[in-house]
Amino acid sequence: MSRHRNIRSMNVHDEYEGYDDVYGHSVEDDYGVSPATEAQFMYRRSEAPRLSSFIEESKKESIEEEEEYDYDDQEDHDHSLSDSQTFQWPRLSDQNEARLRSCLEEIHNVIGDSVPQHVLVDTVMKCDFDLDKALDAVLSLQDKPKEARPPPTAAAPPRTQGAGAGDRWQQAPAADSCHPKEEAAPRVAQVSTPRRQVKTGFQPVATRSKQVTTGFQVPPTDTREVIAENGLGGNTEAGDREDQQAMPTSQKAAGKTKQVLDVAAELSKRDEGKEVINMVIIGHVDAGKSTLMGHLLYRMGHVNKKTMHKYEVESQKAGKASFAYAWVLDETGEERVRGITMDVGLTKFETDHKVVTLLDAPGHRDFIPNMITGAAQADVAILVVDASTGEFEAGFEAGGQTREHAMLVRSLGVTQLAVAVNKLDTVGWSENRYQEIVKKLGHFLKQAGFKDSDVVYIPVSGLQGENLIKPASEPPLTAWYKGPCLLQQIDSFKSPPRPVDKPFRFCVSDVFKGMGSGFSVAGRMVAGSIQNGTRVMVMPSGETATVKGIAIHDFPMNWACAGDHATLTITGTDIMKVSVGSVLCDLANPIQAASRIKARVIIFNIDVPITKGFPVVFHYQTLSEPANIRKLISLLHKSTGEVTRNKPRCLSKGNNAVIEVELNRPVCLELYKDNKDLGRFMLRYGSATIAAGVVTEIP
Amino acid sequence: MKLIDRSFDKDGSGQVTLLPEDPEDMWHAFNLVAVGDSLRSTTIRKVQNESATGSVSSSKIRTTLTVTIETIDFDTAACVLRVKGRNIQENQYVKMGAYHTLDLELNRKFTLAKECWDAIAIDRIEQACDIEKKADVAALVMQEGLAHLCLLTGSMTVVRAKIETNIPRKRRGSCEQHDKGLGRFYESVMQGILRHVNFEIVKCVLVASPGFVKDQFCEYMFSQAIKTDCKIITENKSKFLLVHSSSGFKHSLKEVLQDPSVTAKLADTKAAGEVKLLEQFYIMLQHEPDRAYYGIKHVESASESEAIETLLISDRLFRAQDVPTRRRYVALVEKVKDLGGDVKIFSSLHVSGEQLDQLTGVAAILRFPIPEIDEEDATDSDED
Repeated sequence: MSRHRNIRSMNVHDEYEGYDDVYGHSVEDDYGVSPATEAQFMYRRSEAPRLSSFIEESKKESIEEEEEYDYDDQEDHDHSLSDSQTFQWPRLSDQNEARLRSCLEEIHNVIGDSVPQHVLVDTVMKCDFDLDKALDAVLSLQDKPKEARPPPTAAAPPRTQGAGAGDRWQQAPAADSCHPKEEAAPRVAQVSTPRRQVKTGFQPVATRSKQVTTGFQVPPTDTREVIAENGLGGNTEAGDREDQQAMPTSQKAAGKTKQVLDVAAELSKRDEGKEVINMVIIGHVDAGKSTLMGHLLYRMGHVNKKTMHKYEVESQKAGKASFAYAWVLDETGEERVRGITMDVGLTKFETDHKVVTLLDAPGHRDFIPNMITGAAQADVAILVVDASTGEFEAGFEAGGQTREHAMLVRSLGVTQLAVAVNKLDTVGWSENRYQEIVKKLGHFLKQAGFKDSDVVYIPVSGLQGENLIKPASEPPLTAWYKGPCLLQQIDSFKSPPRPVDKPFRFCVSDVFKGMGSGFSVAGRMVAGSIQNGTRVMVMPSGETATVKGIAIHDFPMNWACAGDHATLTITGTDIMKVSVGSVLCDLANPIQAASRIKARVIIFNIDVPITKGFPVVFHYQTLSEPANIRKLISLLHKSTGEVTRNKPRCLSKGNNAVIEVELNRPVCLELYKDNKDLGRFMLRYGSATIAAGVVTEIP
Repeated sequence: MKLIDRSFDKDGSGQVTLLPEDPEDMWHAFNLVAVGDSLRSTTIRKVQNESATGSVSSSKIRTTLTVTIETIDFDTAACVLRVKGRNIQENQYVKMGAYHTLDLELNRKFTLAKECWDAIAIDRIEQACDIEKKADVAALVMQEGLAHLCLLTGSMTVVRAKIETNIPRKRRGSCEQHDKGLGRFYESVMQGILRHVNFEIVKCVLVASPGFVKDQFCEYMFSQAIKTDCKIITENKSKFLLVHSSSGFKHSLKEVLQDPSVTAKLADTKAAGEVKLLEQFYIMLQHEPDRAYYGIKHVESASESEAIETLLISDRLFRAQDVPTRRRYVALVEKVKDLGGDVKIFSSLHVSGEQLDQLTGVAAILRFPIPEIDEEDATDSDED
């Protein structure tokens, strides 16, 4: 009775806690196990353990081994007639022994015990431990004992199962020799009907004789490299299953780019030799940036009349008739309803000598992160200022974005600037007003670091379309203005040199599902060039992917190079691994990802001083990441760059300093001296830009 | 937290019995316990019994144990405090010196005995037991594609959910993907609110973002709540307060707490007070750098000169594992208090406390400028 009580009061949960940890109890009742799986896990006493088959060996050894095989080959014939009684286990080197055993086990898996062991051993030895051949031989022996062994061609190699662990080894680089059959012979592109339908993996047929009938031969190298080299005339090949799927692509790619294109030469031919230029439109909110550009595009015929009419009617309905042109670039519902640009609008037009990528940046204070994204991709800028009474001042004084934007683009490497003095019609094309603005701005821009020769002022009217693509026609304006119109000025911008010969870098600014397979990333080519079918590395996730398609402004291309705004279609990696701010780069020369950097910064006008531990937002290319200032290393002299003080307590406005920044997540960066575009960043705190910096050291 | 009993000796040793009532109390408890203290609490122990016949049975037994603390772990997200140590009071189940890990539980009292109760610890108990100072606020800081949902209590800011979604950009001729992505993002943020915000406790939900994301989101949420007949949202519509912030990162919570409309509502919460004080420190550093110092060495020498008006110190420093370090900070605090200075202990879980932590954890606003400190040691080494 008392025992019953014990059991009754027993806490089952307690008793069985850790039950699963117990070794050695069987779980097979719970699962239906296939014979093949079972075989993998069953210990067969008859066979010695084959641990050595899993030990990696260097390639060199395996080559030496090959010579031994030949020797073994001859010896085999002496044994071949022996029967099971007299059969003796052949004396072999450890390695061959292991191979033999692993082959035998595989064969057992397939055909069971129907064939005597010694026959198997013989066959395996004859076939140089090649599982497929041996299996073939054994099977044909069984079927038609009298028929001669079929010639070992690639015509009918069976697909066999690589048992669990072996499978994984096959995917490892070819250097390990645990599966000798892979190294021993060239691979063959196509494998015909498998005799046995076991699915996991397959061992490519290895034929010693060079009578390969299908496909191409290649030295067994890592598949990925081979694809990358395809353009160089490398042969195609088939590797493991995964790569076979990728094969059609690589073959197609090989067809397209028979040899590496001479990008520099192609570049000079493209678009009748027009240079590419990236232009960002900046300025205070409501200065008329989008309207100006929308009107420009309309005048140039990039927007058809019907669409424009639709915009006019709709904007009128919404009570914002003056926004009709801005709607060309502000396309989301929210932007139209609010009447402000929120995200960078991107489009393209051509002038006589240039292909211009237009980036219409938002002017609102809250969207400066977006504006930085746009400005980081630009070579030149148009600063739009509102000339109407009071508005220019509002934008220019503290709190306005005119100053901040100009400082930002300068810090982001834009040197050429056109100032569009907009809405001059509202003050009757007054020359005095124009001169006043020019004077005020000129002074400031000089301070900001723009050379006088690189700044041009143009009076325009975005709404009326005056002085946009045709020289001024309004009499009050022509009376005093003789300069170029906006379009002429854009045409005369100088295109900066493109680092086409540097390693490939592509900054992702947008990730989206495109049509067809894979997904698309949009962004800017910062350095180098890219061609269809190239394998690239995605940083900071470290994934590799294949570029399947390239489009520049929706035109499919075979290649793209530094300076282009391209959309790449990517396969071979997951969409989650690529995000805004990722960098696609050269496999051989990947970009560094760092979460802590040393940098030289210049501090802007700030209200509170910067101390260590200051939380900031790190704006870099298309990315913004929260960061902390970890250390203030030294204060530098503004002009000479000498260290004036080590470990300052705080940095205040105008200081030049070396600091250490720590980011929450790794970010792809390059040193400023290696790549100017990828070495620049901005720091923001609250709603103000507090510093601009360049990366000096990535520890 | 409820203080059930306390008894201190003249030499400063003694014990208190406390009853934690909400998760935040665990944080207070975490700040109270130190290695070397002894802690008594009820706990569950697995005990093995061997019967006369030799068969072994194990059972879980609720028992009260007293341990000397060896290691302390605190999980901020779940607010769980686990304390490991050796048993010092033998009972029928547990031998002397046996190791046990106490999981402090809500609504179960515990007794903490210390060799020496200092001012900091006693203040902490008072603070923890003060029911007046409680205001639970949820804050949602967001920007397009990124949102942080935080719960703010008196001394904690806990990030309950971080939502990060990729939203494709607008592109010429198509913004469906953009709109779709945005919809998906708003939906997951709304789910986050429903899951993590308990409207019975939370008095106010701050929604902060740059631009119009907050307006758009609220519009979406309320219309969605009406569509799906989600009463929780519609009934608590008045609790949502829209505030401007410059980004969706966690540290912009600081801006939110500085917003005048928020400070009016949360005037006396600790979080808002701390943010304000830290701001004062920075303003002082800007205008009179000789009256604002940070780093233990600088602050100590300012304290020597009896110059400290306000001392800002992070509670992380009092959790120091070794006794002399803790004593150093306690001495500093006591000295400042003795001289009529103001001491503010920042919670290292708040954004402002986090920033102070990065800033060596201790800072001071002085009564009068002392330029000498600055010159004294440009080669100060403890700033690393």
